[in-house]
Amino acid sequence: MKICTIPILVALIAIPAAAFAADDADLRTLREEVARLRETYEKRIEALEKRLIQTEAKAASAETIATRAETVAAPQPTASGGGGTNAFNPGISLILSGLYSNLSKDPAGYRISGFHLPNDPLGEITPQRGFSLAESELGISANVDQLFYGAMNFSIHPDNTVSTEEAFIQTTSLPQGLTLKAGRYFSGIGYLNEQHAHTWDFVDAPLAYQAFVGGQFNNDGLQLRWLAPTDTFLEIGAELGRGANYPGTGRNKNGSGASAIFAHLGGDVGASHSWRAGLSLLTTSPQDRQWDDTDVARAPVTNSFSGSSKLWIVDGVWKWAPNGNANQTNFKLQGEYLRRIEDGKLTYDANAASLGASVGSYAATQSGWYVQGIYQFAPYWRVGLRTERLDNGTVDYGSNNASLLRPVYAPARNALMLDYNPSEFSRVRLQFAQDKSLQGVTDNQIFLQYQMSLGAHGAHKF
Amino acid sequence: MMNKSIKTLLVLAFGAFALPSFAALNILACEPEWGALAQELGGDKVSVYNATNAFQDPHHVQAKPSLLARARNADMVVCTGSQLEIGWLPILQQQAGNPKIQAGQPGYFEAAQSVRMLEVPSSVDRSLGDVHPGGNPHIQTDPRNIGLAAAALSQRLAEVDPANAAYYQGNYKAFAERWKAAILNWEKHAAPLKGMNIVVHHKAFVYLENWLGLREVAALEPKPGVEPTGAHLSEVLAQLQRQPVKAIIRSVYNDGRGSEWLAERAKIPVVVLPFTVGGSERAKDLFGLYDDTVQRLLSALK
Repeated sequence: MKICTIPILVALIAIPAAAFAADDADLRTLREEVARLRETYEKRIEALEKRLIQTEAKAASAETIATRAETVAAPQPTASGGGGTNAFNPGISLILSGLYSNLSKDPAGYRISGFHLPNDPLGEITPQRGFSLAESELGISANVDQLFYGAMNFSIHPDNTVSTEEAFIQTTSLPQGLTLKAGRYFSGIGYLNEQHAHTWDFVDAPLAYQAFVGGQFNNDGLQLRWLAPTDTFLEIGAELGRGANYPGTGRNKNGSGASAIFAHLGGDVGASHSWRAGLSLLTTSPQDRQWDDTDVARAPVTNSFSGSSKLWIVDGVWKWAPNGNANQTNFKLQGEYLRRIEDGKLTYDANAASLGASVGSYAATQSGWYVQGIYQFAPYWRVGLRTERLDNGTVDYGSNNASLLRPVYAPARNALMLDYNPSEFSRVRLQFAQDKSLQGVTDNQIFLQYQMSLGAHGAHKF
Repeated sequence: MMNKSIKTLLVLAFGAFALPSFAALNILACEPEWGALAQELGGDKVSVYNATNAFQDPHHVQAKPSLLARARNADMVVCTGSQLEIGWLPILQQQAGNPKIQAGQPGYFEAAQSVRMLEVPSSVDRSLGDVHPGGNPHIQTDPRNIGLAAAALSQRLAEVDPANAAYYQGNYKAFAERWKAAILNWEKHAAPLKGMNIVVHHKAFVYLENWLGLREVAALEPKPGVEPTGAHLSEVLAQLQRQPVKAIIRSVYNDGRGSEWLAERAKIPVVVLPFTVGGSERAKDLFGLYDDTVQRLLSALK
């Protein structure tokens, strides 16, 4: 490009210089020539302009015809997708999540002081240091036929294990507001229990959920829900199931090992506010539920509990969005109170590692709560604060009172999070937490997490 | 004394759960324009509840308890379709325990099925933003689509409630006639708008552009559903130097900051369109919606 410009520049400089040198006659002929040239160009431009106008007019009339044709044209069926064998493939959604955790304390001895969690749920709620995969999920769902809907959710854990979080069928055609679900599902108790981890507002489940249900309670069984025929939302549900998960245990028995009942009430206040409140009761009958503990002699022992466990949950959520438009700014306040009453017999030192096995009665009433507020202060940006406490309540080990410790301690945790959600499908979150689950230990935690969803469009519960 | 107070309490408790009317056909409309249309066609034989208002982005609505309660009692849901309501309607259908409103049932009506869809993508990918595989769902910005949906909806009403079939048909005939005349009137008034260059906030007006011959030069959202960014707005501003436009169009639920930023620099007006029934003082019903839309667009030419 540069090479070509140089001779042109030379020519441009040379031409006026030459003209200056030429006499008047030459100048006149030059002027005449230029004038002639201008005239022919002007004529050509005029002709071109005329043609352009004609073409535009033609295009415009074609457009009107097209528009008319559109209105006249019979409506076209807009069935999505083509035919073929894949047309009925279910919706597939994939949740990808990863986590970086920076913990000030070694998580090896992680415990919630005074709460007897068996090894499995304890392992699941214990935070890990460094990079790890967070809960990644694969979900498959579709209508089965005119009567049923089916869904399955696999959860891929950081340690390379896969679990089936949910696999259920559900009726879509029962009348009178009834819905029956069968299979494995997240129990309808509480508010957070039914929500998948990727919809949580914090990296982890609240302490109370961790202490009383090991994070989240899913059950194999049946669930019946009834929605009242009122304009105010009133829903009542009942469940019967295996109850194999904490606070229940696996069992070799006919019949049901866990039952739950719950009621939800909800509605709107004006266009900007909506709310839901609930009351639930989960009853399980754990048999030989074992956990590791330390006794009065500071010796590690394994204890076991058999009896009945009743968990009450009171939950409430209130959401605000100006005129119901949550795009710019919105606020969500959510809180739950959990209270568990357990009654039965306790076997101290089942493996005779310290003072020797001894069976006594056991009665405990323990509780916990959390309150959290999430504020979207600008499109895509949310900030959240969660505060929570557990109460060791009253624990009576009966004849084993002398052998076992009863800490007078209230585990607590506070968390602050900031997340950025560039679309409905992606989220990056930073969370700071101060975890005082274990007596005498303050763990300062920093988490950086991503959560992305791809595939079928998820529809989230309120 | 004790008994009396308990009775009072019970009465109050039941009073709180006002029972829905059983006489009329209960219609849950996903967006106000379909609520208004159902009311035009159904008259006093229907009881209409709008799931959303004009100030809400219909893409982002939650399956809140009040909507579940309404879905439970609905004899019919009237929605846009084309996946506009995909984030919330499926939850209502799954949890309401109401077989009447399931997909494929007469009680499930999608207006998009009765019109010619525009911007149907040949392939979809989420990197393109909030695209709809069935085509652009904002069909209500062209009144001719309302006319087509009215024909389909009146037939559907007759199917769901055969006892009043003649009534719905009669209402439709009267409505169609008024609607046809109104469209002619709007088209007459809107004639100067033909060929007018505009910038839109969200690609929500393709049907309106197609109807009135407006030319969309640019959109403030870099991708559909993605809020305007500073960089993209600057690009649009530069584009407007080469390709001048008459106005920036946005719907009432869009945030106004992007359009105002651009309007100030490009020295052009922002036209806030009601977008649906209830979106402005004048848009009280379907007729008012287009009266106001056409007038607001014309005001940009002055």
